[in-house]
Amino acid sequence: MRRGGSGLAAALPLLWLAVFFAFPFMLVGRLSLSDTALSIPPYTPRIDWNQGIAGLQTFARGLDIEAYARLISDTLYLDAWLSSLRLAGIATVLLLIIGYPIAYGISRCPPALRQALVMAVILPFWTSFLIRIYAWIAILKPAGVLNIALGALGLPPVDILNTEIAVLLGLVYAYLPFMVLPLYAVLDRQDHSLIEAAQDLGATPFSAFWRVTFPLSLSGAAAGALLCFIPMSGEFVIPDLLGGSETLMLGRVIWTEFFANRDWPAASAVAIALLATLLVPILLFERQQKQVIA
Amino acid sequence: MNRWSRGIGLLAALALAACTPKSDGAAPTAAAGGVLRIYNWSDYIDPALLAEFTKETGIKVTYDTFDSNEVLETKVLQGDTGYDVVVPSNHNLPRYITAKAVLPLDKAQLPGLANLSPETVAHMAAFDPGGAYAVPYMQGTIGIGYNEAAVAKRLPGVKIDSWAVVFDPANLAKLKDCGVYFLDASEDMYAVTLNYLGKDSNSKVPADYEAATALLLKARPFVRKFHSSEYIEALANGDICVAVGYSGDILQAKARAEEAKTGVKIAYAVPKEGSQVWFDVFAIPKDAPNPAAAHKFIAFMLRPEIIARASNFTRYANANAAATPMVEAAIRDDPNVYPTPELSKRLFVTTTKDQALLRDVNRQWTKVLTGR
Repeated sequence: MRRGGSGLAAALPLLWLAVFFAFPFMLVGRLSLSDTALSIPPYTPRIDWNQGIAGLQTFARGLDIEAYARLISDTLYLDAWLSSLRLAGIATVLLLIIGYPIAYGISRCPPALRQALVMAVILPFWTSFLIRIYAWIAILKPAGVLNIALGALGLPPVDILNTEIAVLLGLVYAYLPFMVLPLYAVLDRQDHSLIEAAQDLGATPFSAFWRVTFPLSLSGAAAGALLCFIPMSGEFVIPDLLGGSETLMLGRVIWTEFFANRDWPAASAVAIALLATLLVPILLFERQQKQVIA
Repeated sequence: MNRWSRGIGLLAALALAACTPKSDGAAPTAAAGGVLRIYNWSDYIDPALLAEFTKETGIKVTYDTFDSNEVLETKVLQGDTGYDVVVPSNHNLPRYITAKAVLPLDKAQLPGLANLSPETVAHMAAFDPGGAYAVPYMQGTIGIGYNEAAVAKRLPGVKIDSWAVVFDPANLAKLKDCGVYFLDASEDMYAVTLNYLGKDSNSKVPADYEAATALLLKARPFVRKFHSSEYIEALANGDICVAVGYSGDILQAKARAEEAKTGVKIAYAVPKEGSQVWFDVFAIPKDAPNPAAAHKFIAFMLRPEIIARASNFTRYANANAAATPMVEAAIRDDPNVYPTPELSKRLFVTTTKDQALLRDVNRQWTKVLTGR
C-alpha cells in the first residue's frame, strides 16, 4: 500500500519532467542537428512518416553537427558564454551578501512579524516582472529619480543606465526573493537549542553563529545560489532593457540566431550548449545535498 | 516599424518553439461573415476603420500586433499562425514567397488595385513580380531625427541634411554628450551606411560590408545605444538629441514633444546622399483559415476614402494614389511623409539577402554592437 502510493507520487514529477522537459529538449536537440531552409517550418530534414523506416533513415542521414562546429569556430559564442557566466556569478555573490542578512534577520524575528516580512519579500511578485524592470529605467535614466535625488543631496549625477552596473542592479533586484526564501527556510528550521548549547559551552554569539548557524545554513545558500545563477545566466529581458549594446549575453545571441539570422539550428545549438554547461553546477549541488543527508 | 521590446518577442518565440498546439484559427464563426484575424505592426491602423469593416461586412475582426519583421517571419514560417492577414515589409516578402508561406491573391476580388500609385507598384516589382502575393499598405523612410536647439548649440551653422552628421566621428564627438541613438536593425543600418560610403546599398560583396563595419565601429564610441524603438520616447523627452530612425516614429516623437509642451522641438531629415524607403504590405498566409474575409479586408483598405483615413491616423504615406487628395493637408504636404519627386529620386529599396550573406552581415553587426 505504502509502496504503491509513493510510486504514484514519483510518477507525477516524472511525467511532468517527461512532458515539459525531456520532450521539448529532444525537439531542441534534433533541431540543433538540422540545417536551415526557406520553408515552413524553416529547417530540414523533416521526418517523412509515410516512408516508414526508410523515411527515418533519410532523416537521420540529414542530421549533422554543423551548428555545433560553428560554436567552436567563432569566438563570439565563447565570449558570450563567459560574459553570461561572469555576470550571473557576480550577481549570485551580491545576492548572497545581500540575501543572507535579510533571511537571517527575518528568521530571528517574532513569528507574527516573520510572516509579514516573508510576505513583504514575495509581494513584488504581484506586479508584472516587465513593469518592475521598466521602473528601473525611470530610476536610472540620466534625468531619472536617482539623479534627481543625488542632485538634491548636492552630489554629482551618475550615468549607469545601459551599463553592466544597471544589469547587475536589475538581476539582484529581480532575483532577491529566490535567494532569501531558501535561506530563510533553512535558517527558520534550525534548532535553537544548538545555539544555546554552543553558548553554554562558552561560544561568543559571533562564534556560535560562525561555527553552528552558518555551516548548517550552507545547503540553503547553495539552493538559493543555484536558483538564481542558472536562470540569470540565460537571462534576456534584464540585459536587453537595462544593458547597453555591448552587454553580451547568451540570451541575446540566441535571439539573434533565432530571429535575425532565422537560423533555428544555431539557436538550438547555443541553447543546448548552455544547458550542458549548467548541468555541472546542478550535479555538484546534487552531490553536496547527498553529503548533507548522509 | 516599432520594435517595442524584444523580450516579448522572445517569450512568444519560446512559447511557439515549445511546440504550440494548433492555433484556434478555426474558432466558432459566430458572426455571419465569420472571423478575420489580422497581425499588424503596433499603432498601425485606426481602430475606427476596423469597427466600420465589421459593420459593413458582418465579419468580426481579431487584431494582434507585433513589433519587428523578425518576429513576424519567425511566426509565419512556423506555420499554423491562424492569421488571415499579415503585414511584412518589402525586403522580407521574397522569403515568404520562396518558402511558400503566402497565398497568391485573387485579383478579381480586389478592384481597388487600380488605385495604387504606379511608382510604388514599380518599386514592389523587384519583391513581388506582378503583385501576385501582396498589396502595399504604408511606406516610410529612414533618416535623422534631431532636437533642433540641442544640435544647433553643438554644431552651429551646420545644416542637418547629410549622413555625415551621424557617421563622421568629428560631428559625433560633439553630439555625444547630448545622446545619440542608432537603430538596432542590421539590414537597415548597413543599407544607409553603404550608401553613405558611395557603395551599392544592396551589395553582395562581403568587403563592402567590412568597410561599413569599420565606419560603424568608429562611430560606435559616440553612440549611447542601439535600439529600434526607445528613441521615440527619448527624443520626445529631450533625453537624447539625435537618432537614426524610421520617419513615422520620429514624426510621432515630434507630435509627442509638442503635446507635452516641454519646449523640445524635433525635426526629421532624409539626408541628401539618399536613404532607404520601405513598404509594408498586406499578405495572406498559406494556411489562413478565412482567405475570403482577408480578400474583403484588403479590398476595403484599397478604397481611397478608407486608406486616406488610415494615413491620417498613422502619419505614414499610403500607396494609394487616388487617396492622396483625401489625406489631411498637413500630412500630404509634409515632404517627410509624402516625399517630393526630387526626394523620391534619392530613395532606394533594400533587396533580400540570401542566408549566407544575412548571417555574415548579422555577425558583423554583432561586432558593431559588442565590439567582439
